[in-house]
Amino acid sequence: MKRHLTKALTEYGMVFVLLGLCAYFSIVTNTEQSPTGAAAARQVVASIAGLGNAPRVIIAASDQPADAEFASAAERGLAAAGAEVVAVVKGAPSDARDVLVKAAASGRGIDAIACTDATGAWLVFSELEVDFPGLGTPKVITAKPYRWPNFLKSENLLNIANQIAVIAIIAIGMTMVIITAGIDLSVGSLIAFSAVLAARFIRDYAGGVEATPLGMTLACIGAIVMCGVIGAFSGAMITRFRIPPFIVTLAMMLVGSGLAYILAKGQSIYQIPDSFVWLGREADFFGVPNAVVLMIILYAVAHIVMTRMKLGRYIYAVGGNIEAARLSGVPVKRVLMLVYIASGVLAGLGGVVMASQLKSGSATYGNMYELYVIAAVVVGGTSLSGGEGKMLGTLVGAFTIAVIQNGMNLTNVESYTQKVVLGLVILGAVLLDKIRHRR
Amino acid sequence: MSNAPPLLEMRGIVKSFPGVQALRGVDLALSRGEVLAFLGENGAGKSTLMKVLGGAHIAEEGTIVIDGVVTPLTSPDDSRRAGVAVIYQEFNLVPGLTAGENIFLGREICRAGFVSRKQERKRAAELFERLGVGIDLDVPCRSLTTAQQQLVEIAKALALDARIIVMDEPTAALTSHEVERLFEIIRDLKKHDIGVIYISHRLDEIFTIADRVTVLRDGANVGERPIGEMTRSHMIEMMVGRELKDEFPSRVPVIGEPRLEVRGLRRGGAVRDVTFTVHRGEILALTGLVGAGRTETVRLIFGADEREAGEIRIDGNPLAIRSPEEAIASGIGLLTEDRKLQGLALGHSVRENFGLPNLIRLSRGGFVKLGREREEFDGYAKQLSIKIPNREARAGNLSGGNQQKVVLAKWLARNCDVLIFDEPTRGIDVGSKYEIYLLMNELAAAGKAIVMISSELPEVLGMADRILVMHEGRVTGEITDARRATQEQIMELAVA
Repeated sequence: MKRHLTKALTEYGMVFVLLGLCAYFSIVTNTEQSPTGAAAARQVVASIAGLGNAPRVIIAASDQPADAEFASAAERGLAAAGAEVVAVVKGAPSDARDVLVKAAASGRGIDAIACTDATGAWLVFSELEVDFPGLGTPKVITAKPYRWPNFLKSENLLNIANQIAVIAIIAIGMTMVIITAGIDLSVGSLIAFSAVLAARFIRDYAGGVEATPLGMTLACIGAIVMCGVIGAFSGAMITRFRIPPFIVTLAMMLVGSGLAYILAKGQSIYQIPDSFVWLGREADFFGVPNAVVLMIILYAVAHIVMTRMKLGRYIYAVGGNIEAARLSGVPVKRVLMLVYIASGVLAGLGGVVMASQLKSGSATYGNMYELYVIAAVVVGGTSLSGGEGKMLGTLVGAFTIAVIQNGMNLTNVESYTQKVVLGLVILGAVLLDKIRHRR
Repeated sequence: MSNAPPLLEMRGIVKSFPGVQALRGVDLALSRGEVLAFLGENGAGKSTLMKVLGGAHIAEEGTIVIDGVVTPLTSPDDSRRAGVAVIYQEFNLVPGLTAGENIFLGREICRAGFVSRKQERKRAAELFERLGVGIDLDVPCRSLTTAQQQLVEIAKALALDARIIVMDEPTAALTSHEVERLFEIIRDLKKHDIGVIYISHRLDEIFTIADRVTVLRDGANVGERPIGEMTRSHMIEMMVGRELKDEFPSRVPVIGEPRLEVRGLRRGGAVRDVTFTVHRGEILALTGLVGAGRTETVRLIFGADEREAGEIRIDGNPLAIRSPEEAIASGIGLLTEDRKLQGLALGHSVRENFGLPNLIRLSRGGFVKLGREREEFDGYAKQLSIKIPNREARAGNLSGGNQQKVVLAKWLARNCDVLIFDEPTRGIDVGSKYEIYLLMNELAAAGKAIVMISSELPEVLGMADRILVMHEGRVTGEITDARRATQEQIMELAVA
């Protein structure tokens, strides 16, 4: 029994750490929340329906999008509940005053004012009986507040996933590289290179802000292919001339970053159609951001490649014992080439996602990202000495980093302190891995 | 003397690994100036016990008494301070440092904070003089021969004032002349009251050098005798737990058409114009001293190194082999001499290791047929009686014999027409050796062409149909009737 527990702890240690972090941030960010939009409207309608027969109601909403949703939902709900909606205010307190004055002048009283959290606090509603005696005794009704962690709000969780998507996507390639006992330091620069290249292709060849979806797709594919070519170049240097991966990719890191600055002429390229943000900002699939969907698909594919396919087996074998692999007929050079190409392509894809998120291309993107990517892989339990590691571990590692960053933002930890904490967490994760291997 | 406590006593040592009970209460005693031969099949627990003595493993139960004092050994440093030096099969030398630097590694002779290289050189030179050998103190250890590296290890032990020296298969990579030299050194150690634990599978050596024999089987003591009361067959019987009639299984060779032909193979000074032919159903032994170019030759055939010149034909068809991948596709398999460095990925499971050369066969559309792979592996594990807790066991956790069987299994499954065995029984126990010999005979009977590299002359004489002897990269002789050859005949060609 005890052995099973230790095994579970060591095998899935990082998952528990991740869950623990989520639990911790849930507790510390547990605060009073006010319902908004349709949810708030439902509550308000229910309270007004309890006031009696056919109450006369004014709906007060600001010009925020969530309030507009509230207003329309409340209007429909109140009508269904048999209430009479006298007026709907959408705008500022002064608009509300006009409506109230008009209602008071009509001589018929008002029973309730349906408010959102924000409009309920408007001063104009604070002393209705004094200011507008003609209204009778209307009640200001708002939705009841409740307690819920800021961390666990669905938009926050999706935000975490969207924030980490770029790093997580690139970490797939990095995991493969590190399993072969290599390293790829160029991925951060390739983000910038790819983003700038995609933006320039769109601006210069696809018609700038007028670009069609096909044109943008081709531009992005072009940028990704170029990153793949750089990956292939690194792979060729490593396999043909036996230069250590650290050196080759360090050089390519400088080259990639330099090329990005040259191509961007040191400026940000933003002549891009609005629809370009589809990949980075929109959410077409049950509210899950498209970049996150892409990330999930890529992880599923990578997991299958690494666990079920010949290629995955070869990648592990090359990292486990390169000589034994070669003498067993594994095409070692081809495997290494492929792995560095994959890393380059995925870095290029990460760059495109980032350009889409920020709707521009700039040479400053992806600065230091290679270190976060490597950290995600290492935190996920992949050994830098090669031969072992799991794709899903890397996903857990990436999310661990994202959760820590997000949680610290929510709890107002300074960004400098965040760096210190993140550094210590990476160290702790590797320590956990070392202890796991000391059997 | 008789009342003095023994130099070393290990009592009731217990040690287990995940899935394996390696030692189940082992006792061992060693007196001053004694050479204790420590015997057992691979996986019997010899190496584990020595690692406990060396402080590399910590025993779960049992006591270690040195000079009558209970001495807990919990780290290599503890052992070193207690006067124990273990010379492992894989040497513990830093390849880039010189002999002198290696000897004083971690205990540099310093003066005012600076390493005194002069002093170190002087001390090292003294030590080698005591051992009666000349070793170049200016070259890094990686350029020394295996025998010389071994001597550096012994010198290191002496420099530490070790009183208990363990030698794990010290002669595995030595030529017979070097073995003689080693024995002289051991006899000298005895005179200085140093106790030596000598682990070897070569029974002849044990009769030459040991005073007493202890046999281990399946992690427990099975017997202990003074060497005078032992016979060879007795030892084998104790080790394997059953009677072994012949060391080499007999067979009637049926030799067919030429299968592998090699002509004018050349690479630098290591392989110079090597030409030979192996026929179907034939076992050809390639022998010679260590460094004669035998391994280098087969690596060229296998495409592991690039050849400068030479032609390779299989069944008369010339092949342009440039990589192991192509060699394997042409039906050639190579079982390397160094399992740990070249044969296995030690961190991976035995099943994955088994599958590696067979994935081309065991996959469709890039997907590995995991079920087929498991099935095949289980079949071979049973056929070769590989002792493993389960097929997901890490290759690194297995004993040498079982590791070699995993390597065998992966190549048998590949069904090659030409199989090259490089030192197939090095560091392997008698029982497993016999099984491997049987298997080689079966393969030959099935019409495969077999090339066997071996430094053990009895093995060469016992197994081969034909013998090629190499010296300094050339084939210096061929003995066509191996059954009538003698060891002397081979040695003459090998040193020619």
